[in-house]
Amino acid sequence: MKKIITFALCFVIVFSFATVLAGCGNSYDATINVYNWGEYIDLSVISEFEKEHNIKVNYTTYDQNESMYTKIISGSADYDVVIPSDYMISKMISEDLLAELDFSNIPNYSYIDEQYKNLAFDPENKYSVPYTWGTTVILYNDKYVSAEDVAEQSIDLLWNEKYAGYILMFDNPRDSFGLALKKLGYSMNSTDKNHWAAAAAELQKQKPLVSAYVMDLIFDKMISEEAYIAPYYAGDWLTIYEQNENVKCYIPSEGANLFVDSMCVLKSSKNKQAAEKFINFMCETDIAVRNAEAIGYATPHTGAFEALDASVTGNEFVYPSKEKLAETEVFVNLPQDILTLQSNHWIDLKID
Amino acid sequence: MMKTKKPFFSAKNLTVTPYAVWMVLFVLIPIGLVVYFAFTDANGTFTLENLSYIKRYAETFWLSVELALISTVICLLLAYPMAFIIAKMPTERQGSAILLIMLPMWMNFLIRTYAWMTILENNGIINRFVGMIAQWLQIEFEGFSMINTNGAIVLGMVYNYLPYMILPIYTVLTKIDNSLIEAARDLGSSSVHVFRRIIAPLSVPGVISGITMVFVPAVSTFIISYLLGGGKTYLIGNIIENYFLGSSGAINYNVGAALSLLLMILIVVSMGIMNHFDKDSESVGGGMIV
Repeated sequence: MKKIITFALCFVIVFSFATVLAGCGNSYDATINVYNWGEYIDLSVISEFEKEHNIKVNYTTYDQNESMYTKIISGSADYDVVIPSDYMISKMISEDLLAELDFSNIPNYSYIDEQYKNLAFDPENKYSVPYTWGTTVILYNDKYVSAEDVAEQSIDLLWNEKYAGYILMFDNPRDSFGLALKKLGYSMNSTDKNHWAAAAAELQKQKPLVSAYVMDLIFDKMISEEAYIAPYYAGDWLTIYEQNENVKCYIPSEGANLFVDSMCVLKSSKNKQAAEKFINFMCETDIAVRNAEAIGYATPHTGAFEALDASVTGNEFVYPSKEKLAETEVFVNLPQDILTLQSNHWIDLKID
Repeated sequence: MMKTKKPFFSAKNLTVTPYAVWMVLFVLIPIGLVVYFAFTDANGTFTLENLSYIKRYAETFWLSVELALISTVICLLLAYPMAFIIAKMPTERQGSAILLIMLPMWMNFLIRTYAWMTILENNGIINRFVGMIAQWLQIEFEGFSMINTNGAIVLGMVYNYLPYMILPIYTVLTKIDNSLIEAARDLGSSSVHVFRRIIAPLSVPGVISGITMVFVPAVSTFIISYLLGGGKTYLIGNIIENYFLGSSGAINYNVGAALSLLLMILIVVSMGIMNHFDKDSESVGGGMIV
C-alpha cells in the first residue's frame, strides 16, 4: 500500500515538473483571455491563432449573458475578448465596460455583411464585430409529436398538455419570458408590469408540463429522446438534427427572437491590440468557415457564407427568409426595475 | 524572577502563523463580508430589509433542510453497518476496502452526478433494463419516472456524500480498544449487549462528524438539485447562487448574503446541537472533523 502511494506521489511530482518545463519552453509575446459561450467555436482555431501570432489564449466559457456580465463587473477576472448578445452589448456600452475598437487592426471587418453592421445595440458600430446570428426555434421530435399539433407552428406547442413531462424549457428568464410574452401577443421587450405578471402566470401554468429547465443539457435530452419538445437556438437545432434526424423545428408564427452575438473588447483589457488581432483572425474567411461549420449558427461573414455548403446556407431555419426575419424581434436592454421584476417572477416560478 | 519575554520568532509562532493568516484571510474576512453585505443595501447604508427575504423563502429553507435531513439519515443507515463490516475485516483487507469506497471520488463530482442523470432518465439504463425484462416476461411496463423529482435529488446527495459518513465512523470503530470488548465478553455480555454498551457509545464522535459532513454540504447544494431535479426545484443554495450570479437578471449580493448568513447560522446551530450529544462520551481520536 505504502509503495503504491510513494509511487503515485513520485509520478505526480515528475509529471508536474514536466508540465512546468514544457510551459517554459514556449514564451509568448502576449496573453489574452477570451470569454465565450460554451460550444461556440472550433477549438482548433485557438491553437492555430496561438501558433501564428505567438499570443497565448486562455479560453473560458459561460452559458448565459447574465453570468458573464456578473463575472465581468465583479472584477474577479481580467478578460480581453467577450462575445455577448445584442441586448447585453447595449447594456455593457451604457455602463462603459466596452472599449472602442480600432478597426485598422481588424481589416477583415470588411467581410461582415452590411446587414449586420450598425444594428440598434451598437448604432455606430464602434464596439462590436458580429460573430453569429440566428433566431430561436421550437424543436420537436416528429416520432412522438403528431403533425396536427405542429401544423400551426405556434408557441402553444410548449403548453400542450398531451406532451406533459416531455417538454423542456429555457433555464434563462429572458428567453423563457420572451416566449411567454409572445404567446400572449405582447412584445418581448415589454415594460408593462401587467404583461410580465401575465407572462409569469403563463409560465406557472406550464411548469407541471415541463420535464426540466435546461440550457446546454438540451443537446443530450433531445438527442436521446428524453424529451420531445423544446425551444432553443436555430444553430443548435442543426447540431442536434445531425445526430437525431427525428428532431425537426420551426420558427414560431407568433414571432421569434432574433439575436446577434458579437465580439467585443473590454475596456479593462491590457492587451487591446492582441485582442483585436484575435478578432481579426476570427474574421478570416477560412477560420469563419470552420467556426460556422463547427457550431452550426448562421454567419454574418460574406466570405464564409459563400464558402459554406449550400445545404447549410439554404436551410430555412438557420438562414431564414427576409419575410420570416421581418416577424422577429431583437431583445433590447430592459430597465432595472423590469429586470428586478423578472428576477422575482423567475425565482417564484422555481420555488413554487 | 525577571519576566522572560517570549521571542516573536519562536518555533510555536512560526508554525502557527500560516494557519492564522489562512484563517483570517479565508474564513474570518469572508464571514465578515457576508455579515456586512447582509445588513446593508446596494449603497452600503444599514438596513434590515434583506432579512425580510428570509421569510419569503422560508418554505425553500425548510425543503432544503428536509431533503438534507432525509439524505443524512439514509447515509447513516447505510454507512454504519458498512463501516462496521470494514472495521471487522482482517487488517490487510481494510485498506483495499477503504480504497474502493474512495475510488469514485477520484472522478469529478459533477461528472458522477451527470452519470446519474443517464441512469435515472426515462430512457436511462434502469428503465431500459427493466423494460427489456418486462418485454421478455411479456408484462406491460410504463417505465419509472425517477429523474427530475425530489427523490432523485436525495439519491444524488446520498450517493455523493456517503463516503463522508463511512470514513469517520470507520475511523472511530478501528480505534476502539479491543480489550474492552474482550473484557465485556469475559464478564458474560452478549453480542447485542457489547454493541449497545461499548461499541455504540464509543462510536458517537464518528457518527456526529459523519452527520455534520453529510448534512452541511447537502443543505447548501445547488448543483445536485439542478442536474437531478431538472431545475424545477430550487433549494436555498440555488436561490443564493441566483442572487450572486444575477442569472435571472438582477444581481443582489445583499439578499444573497442575508440568505447565506441564515444558512450559516443554521449550520452552526445544528453543529452545536450535535456537539452537545458528544459531550459525555470521551472523544476517540480522529473523530470530529470540523
